[in-house]
Amino acid sequence: MIEVRDVSLEYDTPQGKVRAVERAGFSARESEFVCLIGPSGCGKTTLLNMIAGFFAPTEGEIRVNGAAVSGQGLDRGIVFQDFAQLFPWRTALGNVAFGLEMKGVAKEERERIAREQLRLVKLEKFADSYPHHLSGGMQQRVAIARALAYNPRVLLMDEPFAALDALTRDEMQRLLAEVWRETKKTVIYVTHNVAEAVYLADRVIVMTPHPGRIRAEVPIRLSRPRDPLSVEFLEHQKELLRHLTQKEEAR
Amino acid sequence: MRALISIALFAVLYEAVARSGWFAPALVPTLPAIAARLYDMLADGSMANHAMNTLYRVFAGLALAAVFGLVLGFLMARYRAVERFFMPLVSAFMPIPSLAWAPIFILWFGLGNVATILIVFYAASFPMLLNTWTGARAVNPLWLRAAGSMGASGPALFWKVVVPGASPFIITGLRLAFQRAWIAVVGAEMLAASDFGLGWVIFDAKEFLNADIMLSSLVMIGAIGFIFERVVFGTLEKTTVLRWGMVRTAKA
Amino acid sequence: MNRGPSLILRGAVAALPFAVLAATWELVARTGAFPPRLFPTVEQVAATFARLAASGILLHHAGDTLLRLAAGFGMAAILGALLGIAMGRSRQVEDLALPLVSIGAPIPGIAYAPLFLLWFGLGNTGSIVLVAFVSLFPVVLNTWTGVKAVKEIWIRAAQTMGADERRLFRHVILPGALPYIVTGWRLGLAQAWRILVGVEMLAAVQWGLGWLIFGSREFLNTDVMLAGIAAIGAIGLALENLVFEPLERYTVVRWGMMSS
Repeated sequence: MIEVRDVSLEYDTPQGKVRAVERAGFSARESEFVCLIGPSGCGKTTLLNMIAGFFAPTEGEIRVNGAAVSGQGLDRGIVFQDFAQLFPWRTALGNVAFGLEMKGVAKEERERIAREQLRLVKLEKFADSYPHHLSGGMQQRVAIARALAYNPRVLLMDEPFAALDALTRDEMQRLLAEVWRETKKTVIYVTHNVAEAVYLADRVIVMTPHPGRIRAEVPIRLSRPRDPLSVEFLEHQKELLRHLTQKEEAR
Repeated sequence: MRALISIALFAVLYEAVARSGWFAPALVPTLPAIAARLYDMLADGSMANHAMNTLYRVFAGLALAAVFGLVLGFLMARYRAVERFFMPLVSAFMPIPSLAWAPIFILWFGLGNVATILIVFYAASFPMLLNTWTGARAVNPLWLRAAGSMGASGPALFWKVVVPGASPFIITGLRLAFQRAWIAVVGAEMLAASDFGLGWVIFDAKEFLNADIMLSSLVMIGAIGFIFERVVFGTLEKTTVLRWGMVRTAKA
Repeated sequence: MNRGPSLILRGAVAALPFAVLAATWELVARTGAFPPRLFPTVEQVAATFARLAASGILLHHAGDTLLRLAAGFGMAAILGALLGIAMGRSRQVEDLALPLVSIGAPIPGIAYAPLFLLWFGLGNTGSIVLVAFVSLFPVVLNTWTGVKAVKEIWIRAAQTMGADERRLFRHVILPGALPYIVTGWRLGLAQAWRILVGVEMLAAVQWGLGWLIFGSREFLNTDVMLAGIAAIGAIGLALENLVFEPLERYTVVRWGMMSS
């Protein structure tokens, strides 16, 4: 479904060239939930942005559903970390319906679909509220509904719950797992939170910084719903932490 | 209310000076005299006539300034080359008061509405242009990215994201433009209008030393300005940026 | 460190818009669409400007205008600041003055011009009083806001450390309110400049840039008008850059109270 082949990104700074991502490669199957994990500066967000099409890799190529990525597209929905991603001048319903509007869907149909999406994220009662009246967690839920409304095949998420408090975050993770189960999207999820990755992902891709590279791929073979307090869960966490903190092998 | 006491005190003071006989009654008319004159002018429709003329010139100038400011402002925000070309011109012309152009406009277009409206247009253009430009640049890039990934581009992106995103600044710009236009129209009418208009009537009254007419007009000017400020712009803000929680003010 | 484009190139880019403007003007002037008296060529304007500058006439006009500005604005700057401070420190003064100031502020200053000229006569007196009156409002309002904005905790801290009224004023309130006071002066000066040019046209003064422009109307001296406008623009720009920017830079920006 998604293929990242030998992708590198290099950019110029006053101090010289910086390689944000170095020869990264992985693939994601249809309906798979893949997490990109790593400390800051490891290039995970950059990689996600390239899959989204916000900028092109310096080397290598990215393919989604067989076609090469060139710019943004309605086949990849995106949810950012910042709550401000919602359009403040539109109600929750108006926000969620945006993608459908762009697709040219008729008003009645748009609103119907948008309301369904809001129901999926349990916010149907707030359809007519403006974003600034909603809490952070609620705003992120609207953002998720918005990214799903027009039925993209892929959902890209960039640390969407990082700015929420711990309790809300747990709630949101459970909700996301449910939503994913129902919609069966291919998800690429960026996070620095190991427990979150183990909870959500089928497969976790570990990245390390300077330059950003893929260090390891760890499948998570736990049945859902997952119990964060179970022994197996903690084992997976430990394994990921090992990969993250391991010293760089001599090259 | 304490405010009323203060105003009442001032009124008493003024009345005392007016009745003291230190000044000719025509120069410093008593409050009842002013009120009477204001009433007369309202009753016979002359005040309304002047006000209509002034409002027409303000809105004509403001409309031109809005179109000019919005178009150029967005172009400058979107294309670096446009910005780099026009910015020095804007900076050079901004410190020139709009009234400085009055004699030239009068020479070219004669006394009357054209010259007056052009002066208003000049005065109102700068706040409109600068605020639109700032506002367009201040549109959160996150919105542009989110909209882009949802398939918005070109006109859709502009009308559905950039314009609403820039609206706090645009509305502030419109408000400042109105203030400038209101100030400019009064001065412009004194110099460039041939007849009618709140500014014109003040200037004309000087010929006959009619301070009561002057003061009546001043009251009208203040009242209309205030109503627009509060009612029109207040409502505009309430139905848009306040409702959306997007209150932000740009530099004056 | 990257080398940017050379100074010459940057200068050329900056001058480009003006060159285009001048070229367009020149084109219109030469097509003869307007009579040459009304639409002089760029060289004519430049020549007139040079002539007026060299003969000292322009200087005389500019000088008189600036003197009036200094007199009018000077009064407003000091009186306005004092009133604003009094309003900020004393509830009674605030209650008394605020309603009057709030009502007077939104009325266009120039609306008062004929009245003031009637009361104080044409010429210098009327102009200066009007300028002072009009620029008073921004100064008062901004100073008042500034004094009230002086953080209560600074005042308390100073008082705990033994500052009396006078020292509190000099060492805490004045510096604390300074960014606002300076903003008020800046706005007041801009107002004063705008209205001065206009009132000179109405007040029949003998010398002054506003009068220079307005008077040229009689003899259709468009070139003189444009030269005068150029002078007005240049002075306006200079006031902004040479007076206020340095003032702000050496005080409030240096103290981190305002970003540059």
